[in-house]
Amino acid sequence: MDWVNAILQGVMLGGFYALFATGLSLVFGVMKLVNLAHGDLSVLAAFIAVAILDVLPINPLLAMALVVPIMFVIGWLLQRYILDHSLGPDPMPALLVTFGLSVIIQNLLLEVFSADSQGLDAGRLEDEALSLGGGLTVGWFPLLTFVLAVLVLVGLQLFLSRTRTGRAFRATSDNQRVARLMGIDNRRIYALSMAIALGVVAVAGVFMGIRTTFAPGIGPARLIFAYEAVIMGGLGSVWGTLVGGIVLGVAQVIGAQIEPGWHALAGHVVFLAVLAFKPSGLLSRRGAV
Amino acid sequence: MSLLHVDGVNAHYGDLQALHGIQLRVEEGETLGIIGANGAGKSTLLNVIAGLETCTAGRILLDGIELQELPAHQRVGLGVALVPEGRHVFPSLSVRENLQVGAHLRRPGPWTVQKVFELLPLLVKRADYPAGLLSGGEQQALAIGRGLMSNPALLLLDEVSLGLAPIVVREFYGALAAIVAEGITVVVVEQDIGQVMRVADTVTCFLEGRVVLSGRPADLRREQITKAYFGM
Repeated sequence: MDWVNAILQGVMLGGFYALFATGLSLVFGVMKLVNLAHGDLSVLAAFIAVAILDVLPINPLLAMALVVPIMFVIGWLLQRYILDHSLGPDPMPALLVTFGLSVIIQNLLLEVFSADSQGLDAGRLEDEALSLGGGLTVGWFPLLTFVLAVLVLVGLQLFLSRTRTGRAFRATSDNQRVARLMGIDNRRIYALSMAIALGVVAVAGVFMGIRTTFAPGIGPARLIFAYEAVIMGGLGSVWGTLVGGIVLGVAQVIGAQIEPGWHALAGHVVFLAVLAFKPSGLLSRRGAV
Repeated sequence: MSLLHVDGVNAHYGDLQALHGIQLRVEEGETLGIIGANGAGKSTLLNVIAGLETCTAGRILLDGIELQELPAHQRVGLGVALVPEGRHVFPSLSVRENLQVGAHLRRPGPWTVQKVFELLPLLVKRADYPAGLLSGGEQQALAIGRGLMSNPALLLLDEVSLGLAPIVVREFYGALAAIVAEGITVVVVEQDIGQVMRVADTVTCFLEGRVVLSGRPADLRREQITKAYFGM
């Protein structure tokens, strides 16, 4: 039963990783941009929540209603006024810009908030669990994270497949140059995709802040897990992001079950195994952006 | 006033000048055929009109509106549609979705998905297939249909016969008559001189980025065309 519980926790953890990875997958799918600042942007979202909660004594989950639009606007402005200038046939300039952005965000947060670890307190939701019978339990907070991750992915999939702008995203992902011949303004699509990505990463950041403590420098560690989930799931695949997240989450929890220090290592080993046997990803290009 | 007026247009690829002072006019409802050998600048001209390449001198006017400073996506809104060389359908989108993307700006006009299917019936049974799985002829039909979905005033067709079986090419050029009947002005770039001479109201020959011959097909002799085409 311990093992079944562990796998269940791993699936819930996978939802958390999917929230992190979704924005990364979207931005790469549309713009072919590898955003090295993605993890730091989730930490930024968590610290924005800290700042809001310093002024408004509300539950962090309610503060998310402010954090998400703030990060949405940051994403739009970031793309329009900084990253757009670095996009081109050569991926290196954009990569370097996002690396620089990562450094800037970390140092900015250090300057404003210090190096002290912070946390977001969601109250009883963090501690209480739901009994599923047969000795199985799942925490309300991990369950909420997983459900929210699925809802975000459903929403994103519907947006991409059923809306005019979603079709424009997919067309731009397939061929940016020819998309312009359809009347699609690439710059607007890029800005919107980055805004949506950061809106989703805002959710991930707040949930991370509730789930664990955080500090200005933890962004790169988050980035590694996000990329592993994206790559295992299949680059540009919306549902692949969830599958990749679940595979990673289950691997980490099972690793920790075997030996507590094997949590991250188990995830990396499974990641390498997927790369070796299915390098295109488990759900490559199905339901894709 | 001509619908399309290309006035002294130059274009460069780095230091290489691809177009030299191109002058041409296309009247509304007419079909202009542009012929020439590889590298003559034909596709470059269409790309410059559509906004995929910039002109380094000169003006491009569509119904009196200057286009040369406008980005490509805004020219679509004014009525310019380019069917690019090599088809370039969106492979992960279905046939129907490719057509719907063609209507992204929702310009008013007669062309709808249903009307495109009536014009190009080979697309009907593939409507929900990913476009990347279509044959070359089907992809070309889709690219043309996608161009029509923007309800253009000016349709630019770049080498639609490239790599296709003659029977398929004949079908496309048969469909072109229906397109022209809707009042669309067409500029067709081709290496198949015979097809162009059959469909065009005016034929222009390019050589090394310059217009070297222009006239009504009935007025052009084979020897004239051959000399102009090969620069003899």
